[in-house]
Order: sequence, then C-alpha cells, then structure tokens
Amino acid sequence: MAREYETVIGLEVHVELATKTKIFCGCSTAFGAEPNTQTCPVCTGMPGSLPVLNRQVLEYAIAVGLATDCEITRHAKFDRKNYFYPDNPQNYQISQLYLPICRNGGVEIETAEGGAKRVGIHEIHMEEDAGKLIHDEWADCSLVDYNRSGVPLIEIVSEPDMRSAEEVIAYLEKLRLIIQYLGASDCKLQEGSMRADVNLSVREAGAEKFGTRTEMKNLNSFKAISRAIEGETERQIDLLESGEKVIQETRRWDDVKGESYAMRSKEDAQDYRYFPDPDLVPVVVSDEMLEEIRAKQPEFRTEKMKRYREEFGIPDYDIEIITASKHMADLFEAATAICGQPKKVSNWLMGETLRLMKEREVEVEDLRFSPENLAKLIALTDAGTINSSVAKEVFEAMFGENADPEKYVEEHGLKNVSDEGALQKTVEEVIAANPQSVADYRNGKEKAIGFLVGQTMKAMKGKADPAAVNRMLKELL
Amino acid sequence: MANIISDETIEYVGILAKLELSGEEREQAKSDMGRMLDYIDKLGELDTTGVEPMSHVFPVQNVFREDVVTNGDEREALLANAPEQKDGMFVVPKTFA
Repeated sequence: MAREYETVIGLEVHVELATKTKIFCGCSTAFGAEPNTQTCPVCTGMPGSLPVLNRQVLEYAIAVGLATDCEITRHAKFDRKNYFYPDNPQNYQISQLYLPICRNGGVEIETAEGGAKRVGIHEIHMEEDAGKLIHDEWADCSLVDYNRSGVPLIEIVSEPDMRSAEEVIAYLEKLRLIIQYLGASDCKLQEGSMRADVNLSVREAGAEKFGTRTEMKNLNSFKAISRAIEGETERQIDLLESGEKVIQETRRWDDVKGESYAMRSKEDAQDYRYFPDPDLVPVVVSDEMLEEIRAKQPEFRTEKMKRYREEFGIPDYDIEIITASKHMADLFEAATAICGQPKKVSNWLMGETLRLMKEREVEVEDLRFSPENLAKLIALTDAGTINSSVAKEVFEAMFGENADPEKYVEEHGLKNVSDEGALQKTVEEVIAANPQSVADYRNGKEKAIGFLVGQTMKAMKGKADPAAVNRMLKELL
Repeated sequence: MANIISDETIEYVGILAKLELSGEEREQAKSDMGRMLDYIDKLGELDTTGVEPMSHVFPVQNVFREDVVTNGDEREALLANAPEQKDGMFVVPKTFA
C-alpha cells in the first residue's frame, strides 16, 4: 500500500546586482576581465582596509523589496558570517543576519489549475559574492581569482510555500521579471547572475510537521531545477519507505548524471558565529529615501499590459508575449515611438523575431537588432521600397548583426524596381511568353493571374512590388 | 565558574576555528571560555526591557560610496604577497575532489 506524500519547497535565490562597482569598494564588476585585475585591498581582505557601502546596492535591494510587498527595515546593519574557504579572503562573508533590509513580503504566482497563490518572502538581505576557484587538473591544486569577490548580491529567502516544481518555476519567473523590470539584474541562470538553492523536504499528506530538509545547489537552468526537485523528492520518499531517515545536508546536483550527492552536513547558523560587522555603520532608511525609491519604481508588467491595451490596440496575445520580457517591451516601445505603428512592430516581434529566436536558440535578452533599425525596416516596406519577402531577408541580417536596413538594401541591390517602363517591359514579355495562362485568365480563370505575377517576380529577381505587378497585369490584359 | 565547557564543545569550536590545540592549551581555552561566558551572564542580571540592541559604538550612520569605478588593475601588488601563483591567480591546496 503506497502512502501519499507532499513535497515542501522553499528557495534561496541569489541575484547579482547590475551595479558598476562592487558592494564595498570601487572595483569594477565588469564580466570577463583577466583574473585578479579587478581587485583591491578591500575585496581581497587585506588587514586594515575598510569597506564602504555602495549606495546603489541599497537602492536596488529596497526597490526589489518594495516590488515584492516587503516591509523595509528602517534600521538595518551588516553582520560577519565566519567560515574558512579559499574563495573567501577575509575568512568571513559580509552579509545580514539580524536586521536584513527587507522582510515579510511575497509574490503571487499562477498555479497549474489557473488559480493564484501567494509565495511568502521571509527576507531579502544584501551580501557580497565570493571569489572563483578554478581547479587545476594537472597540478593537483586550485587557483583563485578574486574578481568576483565583493560583487553585490541580494539573497531572497522564500517561505516553504511551494509544493511542486511547477510552482517553483512560476515563482522564479515572477521574481526574474520583477527584477529585470527594475533593471536591478539581468537574472541569467546559465551565467550565474541568478542562482537558486532548493530546500526540500517530504511529509506524509496531511502531516502537520515538516520533514527533515536538504538543500540542493548547482542548479543552473529551469530544467535542472525541475529534474533536481523530482529526483530529490523520490530519493527522500525511498528513504522513508525503507524505514531510513533523511539527513539534513547540502547536496550538489549533477545535471549530466541526473542525480545529487552529499557535499557537507548542513551547518546551523550558530556554526557561522555571526556578529555585527564593526567596520560598517548602520543603515537608516529615512522616509525621504524610501519615497525617492518608490517614486522611481518602473511600470511593472500588469500596469504595462493595461496601458498597451488602451494605447496600442494590439491583440492580448501579443501583449502577453511582448511584456513577458522587459527587453522585448523596451524594443516594442522604442520602435513604436519612432514609427508610430504598434501593430507592424508587434507583427515583426511576434512573427520573424520569435521564429528566428527559436531556430537559432537566441534568448530574448540577447536580441541584437536596435529599435531604430526595426523602425527603418517598417518605413522601407511602407514606402514600397522593398517588398515583404525582401523585408524578411533584410530582417534576418538585422537579427544576426543588427544590420542597418537602408544600407543593407542599398548594398545588396534589393530595392523594388520602381521604373514603370522597366516593369511594363517585363510584364509584356511575360504575357507574350505565356499565351495559355493569358487565355485562361481571359476566359474567367482568375487564378491564372497568380502564375503570371509569379513569372514576372521571377524575371525581376524578386525586386518588384507584387501589388504593382498585379495591377499592371490586369491593365494590360 | 558557573559555565563548564565540555571536551566535545572545545573540540567542535576548534574545528570551526581551524585550531589545533595541545592538551595544555585545550584546558586553558576551556577555562578561559567558561570565564568569558560567566562574564557575559552578568549582563543577564540587568533589566534590558525596551533597550534596543546596540549595533555600533559610534553615533554614525549611512556612510555610502557612489557607484563609480575608482580602482584600477593592481594585480601585481596583490600577488606580490602570494606564497605561490600561477596564471595571475593564487595557488591554494585542492579544494574539491
């Protein structure tokens, strides 16, 4: 007889903030620099160096807190979390334990059944990232690069409110959208600017008490998260069914093998011997500071969708897709502002853009064509300078390397032949060469004209406006 | 001494602090820690109802820097103290199997 189990999941989400500099020093956070070239005495833990808080980090953290319905802690401070590991040069991480900047929030997610559910946010705190360890396979040693040491993070700690992988993904997508709309981070799981640790336990359905939980790390895609949740749920149920106990520990997910293994027993907070960092002074959030940040909050998705409906008259489905990404919405608005044709801009985004993204596996954040060029392309088709199939070809070039459509059309000789004389000459030739189709058309077979249009387009190497060809054919017949 | 530190506790704290103590040092540490805890217990005798925990000794708050890059590349100086280096990085004992 199989017992029924319920999975209980809480998430710790780390988000790398999009600041230019680190949280406590003026070192650059730019990605991809040579190892250790973006370091200083502060972020490498040299004795006597003093950290100073980056104001932008505080503002982003408060902005995310306000957008997730949190209470903002008016008197916050930083604490030291003590542990020894070579990626942590100070032997402590500066974080927030006692008075984190945001508390008691939550976001609404849609459940699979179509209902709404609130996932509580226990707290959001500010902290510094650690350095990067590179394992030298040949020399049997590890190498440390401190460029990432001190890069600002916020850690968003949820309540154990989720019950399935679907709810976890919905929650993460919601957070990602909010943070991207705020411009506080690009939130890319693959690149590690958003990282989710999954705390999971199982209990018999209807039980009051939570089971013993494990924490799973190294999850860098939504797919890995789903698979890890399934795998860990199964592993814990198997343990309980065979009369064993779940051990509280941190496990590392191996997405290639599709299984997790124990990394270390999970420490208790007291093992980190937290204490207030005496090098950093308290942060007092005044009413003015809070109002200033509140006033700068952007238009979020729900408001944006409402405005699009009223302002642009494009279908709900288009609005849904376009606003699902801040980048796409920005593209749409910027191109529409230039050309004043929301429907046409939307058609390019919903049609060719989505098609090429899928075909070439491009993420929406990595779209390279500019709104200016999209507006130019629309203007070229409107003016009849190029026809719609040429426009698609030009768009592919824009999609690939943000080609300027005007230059591209010029360089590749793609302009429609607007010379009426040349067009008429070709049409006459086509009529003379296809007496059967001409006869069919004259006998009432309307469709025959399609063939003649096709022949003319072919003769003109596609550089004619099909509507103009059609018109001229009808005139001459 | 009201607080007695057990062998297990001192052993565990030693692991967390990455300290290896000799038998003599261990006894000394046990007694020092016990006395420190006694001293802290003294505070428990005070009525602190309504007193906010002190977060800093100086009456200073909100010291910020603006988000502007001020530091350049000082890798050479940084690595000058490294016992061993390779490819511009610190060499440390292998951390992961």
